[in-house]
Amino acid sequence: MAHQPCAIVGIGQTQHKSRRWDVSLGGLVREAASRALEDAELDWTDIDAVVLGKAPDLFEGVMKPELYLTDALGAHGKPMFRVHTAGSVGGTTGIVASHLVETGRHARVLAVAYQKQSEGNAQFALGSGKSGSLGAGGAFAPYMRSYIHRSGAPLDVGPMVAVKDRRNALKNPYAHLKLADISIDSVKASPMMWDPVRYLESCPSSDGACAVVFTDRAGGEAAAQAGRPPAWILGSSVRSEPSSFPGRDPVAPVGASLCAHDVYRQAGITDPRRQVDCTELYVPFSWYEPMWLEAHHIAEPGEGWRMVERGDTQLDGDFPVNMSGGVLSSNPIGASGLLRFAEAALQVRGQAGEHQVDGARVALAQAYGAAAQYFSMWAVASSLEPF
Amino acid sequence: MPTTDPATPATPSDDDIAIIGWSVSPMERRTAKTEAQMLLEVVSGACDDAGITRADVDFTCAGSCDYVAGQAFSFVQNIDAVGAWPPKHDSHVEMDGAWALYEAWVRLLLGDIDVAVAMGSGRSSTADPALIYPMEMDPYLLAPLGTDVLSLAALQAQLLLADGTVTERQMAEIAVRSRSDARTNTHAQVTGDAGADIDALLATEPVRAPLRRHDLPPITDGAAAVVIARRERAEQLCANPVWITGFAHCSELHYPGARDLRRAESARLAAEAAGVGNAPVEVAELHTAFTHEEPLLVEALGLGPEVVVNPSGGPLAANPTMATGLVRIAEAAGQVRDHGRQRALGHATSGPCLQQNLVCVVEGNR
Repeated sequence: MAHQPCAIVGIGQTQHKSRRWDVSLGGLVREAASRALEDAELDWTDIDAVVLGKAPDLFEGVMKPELYLTDALGAHGKPMFRVHTAGSVGGTTGIVASHLVETGRHARVLAVAYQKQSEGNAQFALGSGKSGSLGAGGAFAPYMRSYIHRSGAPLDVGPMVAVKDRRNALKNPYAHLKLADISIDSVKASPMMWDPVRYLESCPSSDGACAVVFTDRAGGEAAAQAGRPPAWILGSSVRSEPSSFPGRDPVAPVGASLCAHDVYRQAGITDPRRQVDCTELYVPFSWYEPMWLEAHHIAEPGEGWRMVERGDTQLDGDFPVNMSGGVLSSNPIGASGLLRFAEAALQVRGQAGEHQVDGARVALAQAYGAAAQYFSMWAVASSLEPF
Repeated sequence: MPTTDPATPATPSDDDIAIIGWSVSPMERRTAKTEAQMLLEVVSGACDDAGITRADVDFTCAGSCDYVAGQAFSFVQNIDAVGAWPPKHDSHVEMDGAWALYEAWVRLLLGDIDVAVAMGSGRSSTADPALIYPMEMDPYLLAPLGTDVLSLAALQAQLLLADGTVTERQMAEIAVRSRSDARTNTHAQVTGDAGADIDALLATEPVRAPLRRHDLPPITDGAAAVVIARRERAEQLCANPVWITGFAHCSELHYPGARDLRRAESARLAAEAAGVGNAPVEVAELHTAFTHEEPLLVEALGLGPEVVVNPSGGPLAANPTMATGLVRIAEAAGQVRDHGRQRALGHATSGPCLQQNLVCVVEGNR
């Protein structure tokens, strides 16, 4: 079966904050989903199937929440599917939803991803309460140190990423952190959390949700004719690899490499640095920007930090990364992947507002999870044949 | 509404997908193995059954539940059972393995890869059911009451008794039949005598009225894996592939007060979308964790009295949560491949009072 084209015609997200105690879990996902439907000019009854993604149920203390959220997401009488692939889950959720359209199973699919971290203790749940709450920063710090050692990157590169993403977030009305006064000096003066990562180089813990409406070629073309440009999916892929074994390279994981190559092949991308206009990478800790630029073959080994240092990845640089402010500015974990995927689509639709990259036609988005071992990625464009 | 199943082939197509192997673990009250060890064995077993190695597998998808495992990200360790090296196309659903099979089936429909393994696993012995099952309910209005699947199943059974859909005697007869049938199932955890004294069963105290001990499933540790392949590869590998000719799932409202609990509406819609009624069904393996659910599902799925229900003994004989539904599909496939049936179905459910239902129709070579 040849893939049928799949278009993104609606995107919605919540206001991301430390505590969204003004809404229930159902209210949170509905806020994002309602905005996505409004953007798509569709009603709940137009949706054929719902795909829900989130990271561990232990974060909120609700087991299999797709059962309770069936009502809030209008999934009565419809297929409701629940994905969980750790931090990559938001990306995987979008990809699973897009497959339902690409295979012709359904014409209009709603993907929703969320996390309401204020309902529980994410640090505790990350270690299941058993690991002294090592948390993600503690788990990833050795990989980042290894990158610095291997690449010889100057230590200011991490703080530069932290400042850039927080400045981008000032242009994003939905972003959680608004750190107008952040500077390289203030980042370096902030407490060391997990060497080499300081407090201001770490992601926040957020409540938030993201929703995306997928449709078939007819739906995408109809939206375009109505003056609401869709984003078209050029390629998508996922990869997983085991957590730990001799020979695994967690700095440049083989899974990330295969995932990226698979997406580039499907999309017809031979030189991502030149052909892609902007990218959303899953960067929960500053050093992951240069690491992922290299691991996904956007930059040559050792080139990633130079892109950061030169300012290439700034909003007005020649290869903007994390225009939305990224995971460093908003991190409702289960939604963080879909937020990356949605921002890429917003960019090629020309609807990213103040953080729009001028003339963006092709964008990449990536997410990763667990011990840097689950990967999801897609390429979207303003047309099906952008090259 | 689920769309009509496009995979129901009038003529053979490259997009036909078949079950070509499976493996079901021993079903035990308390296993000494980790979840990854259970999965290691069933993935190996399913690959052996299909005549492939892990290297032949293009996509893997697991179904499991952190709360059952008692640990966040519990599925991450299970990836070791897959042997995902070199890294694989892979996914995980926090649902029964039957939905993992659904994702794998959709993934193969894309056409670029040929072989997938779906898994389901649960070690319920790790969990305290009384503690975790209320957490499956609406956290604001139901969970604080201590409402759980068992309490709501009892309410549903009470409605069906009042309605005349079923009697307590019929429920006991379903329990006796299931556990008697389970005697021929090497995977069964609980078996019983076909001549069990129904009156004696009905004289026992309810666990949660009107449900008695015999109306409930056992607590089980177990896992299952199923291998599927696209037509060309399936026919290369297998003399008797079991074709998936209908596959759909559907959910309905969560709040028990907002539903007509005398019907299993989402099961009916899933059956319709899977094309159950397009041809006669000979055997149905149903995810009936409680006896009263059997008549409800038989009616919703449109199954006549000629249909053999749960010859394996069903979940009343072994209920490995998160794998129970996938085991039903494996059992249905076994009826076609190993017992000469032409058309069977496997059913899976999730949530209180059959809130969410999945139907997989399987058929032999035509």
